[in-house]
Amino acid sequence: MKIGVLALQGDFEDHRVALGRLGTDPVLVRTPDDLGGVDGLVIPGGESTTIGKLAVRRGLIEPIRARAASGMPVLGTCAGMILCARRVVDSDQPVLGLVDITVRRNAFGRQVDSFECDLDVGGVGRVRAVFIRAPWVESVGEGVEVLAERDGRPVAARQGRVLVTAFHPELTEDTGVHAAFLGV
Amino acid sequence: MTEERGTLRVKRGLAEMLKGGVIMDVTTAEQAKIAEDAGACAVMALERVPADIRREGGVARMADLTKIDEIMRSVTIPVMAKCRIGHFVEAQILQSLGVDYVDESEVLTPADEEHHVNKWDFTVPFVCGGTNLGEALRRIGEGAAMIRSKGEAGTGNIVEAVRHLRAILGEIRRLHGLAPEELAGAAKDLRAPQEIVRDVAGSGRLPVVLFCAGGVATPADAALVMQLGAEGVFVGSGIFKSEDPAVRAKAIVEATTFHSDPDVLAKVTRGLGEAMRGLDVRTMPDEERLAQRGW
Repeated sequence: MKIGVLALQGDFEDHRVALGRLGTDPVLVRTPDDLGGVDGLVIPGGESTTIGKLAVRRGLIEPIRARAASGMPVLGTCAGMILCARRVVDSDQPVLGLVDITVRRNAFGRQVDSFECDLDVGGVGRVRAVFIRAPWVESVGEGVEVLAERDGRPVAARQGRVLVTAFHPELTEDTGVHAAFLGV
Repeated sequence: MTEERGTLRVKRGLAEMLKGGVIMDVTTAEQAKIAEDAGACAVMALERVPADIRREGGVARMADLTKIDEIMRSVTIPVMAKCRIGHFVEAQILQSLGVDYVDESEVLTPADEEHHVNKWDFTVPFVCGGTNLGEALRRIGEGAAMIRSKGEAGTGNIVEAVRHLRAILGEIRRLHGLAPEELAGAAKDLRAPQEIVRDVAGSGRLPVVLFCAGGVATPADAALVMQLGAEGVFVGSGIFKSEDPAVRAKAIVEATTFHSDPDVLAKVTRGLGEAMRGLDVRTMPDEERLAQRGW
């Protein structure tokens, strides 16, 4: 399976390294043509408004939606989770709407409130979770499975073959979340 | 399960999220919105952009907090702010205000000519400038979680940023090729902590994200430094001292992402209006060079 990492902005290289540890050789995706050559897509951490705008300008929104609708696995972390969501509280920024969730950006606060902690994630086990100006899931629709919670808010979820986390598995050595993604 | 704030991973992690992006200097909430709409990954809240600091002279200090606060409330992207070199109280105040990154910056007038801020004392992460690898590693040793080239701020002239970037990356490549027994001597020459020198020699990269700053004025400048190996770009005076800031800001964002695609660069470089006027660094007296501040 050829995995692509959306490389418009953010920590896409960290995802490439994490996936490399699992024996895959990911490619970077910047155009609709690049997307055509992959079987799964990771949407990295970064600034969701920047990634969203660049995705719109490069005509990537519809092709990603179409591929996901036909069963392509997608992993979205932090900004990637925001982009995969159907709605963003108090924002009209572009999103893909791949998972029926509403997210709140910067829900855990600004950078001085960013933190790391141990977190139990369904289907993965206990991981060290790094939350950076992180979003949380405000509400979930039908068919969405919540995999982890923090402060009573969902911070990892799955719907079909799309997996999203509010934290950054790519910033730790732990490859559990990436392995779960490759297994979906 | 207890949560830990201000860890190395959390501080360096935010810089990881800024990679491949453009951080823009802004002086008003309105400019901050323009930057955010153009796709900036963060903004630097300032009272005056470097070109104006250069022109007006006087002591340049941390910006008015009302102004920074106004900018923080106007955008959802991270907001950075500058403190003077060694002015740890300005840094404490900026942390209390809740800015997302503090830039201990040579663009402001230094407050201490011997010591930089001990950045380990803080929860908020710091970015610091460097003109060569030794300087970058000393800042990392003091707790900087992100490094940028200094360039020559406020000139719109990319030459110094290129010099600093090439120096930092070239010295990393040289270290990477050294034998383990040569590293103690290298650390001494670099005047940098041996542990960090060994780490860089082993990995062939800095332990923190490296951005380019100081003189970026065009999309081609941004793409140039990205191709040279910068992981992202700070644009200071280059945007809001140009004829059409919104258009130029958007073009620089696209040029940073598609830095190795000349077709995209050719497209975004059209119709931008006048760039900032710029200064020739070669004719600049030494005392006007900001990059020499810090050591």
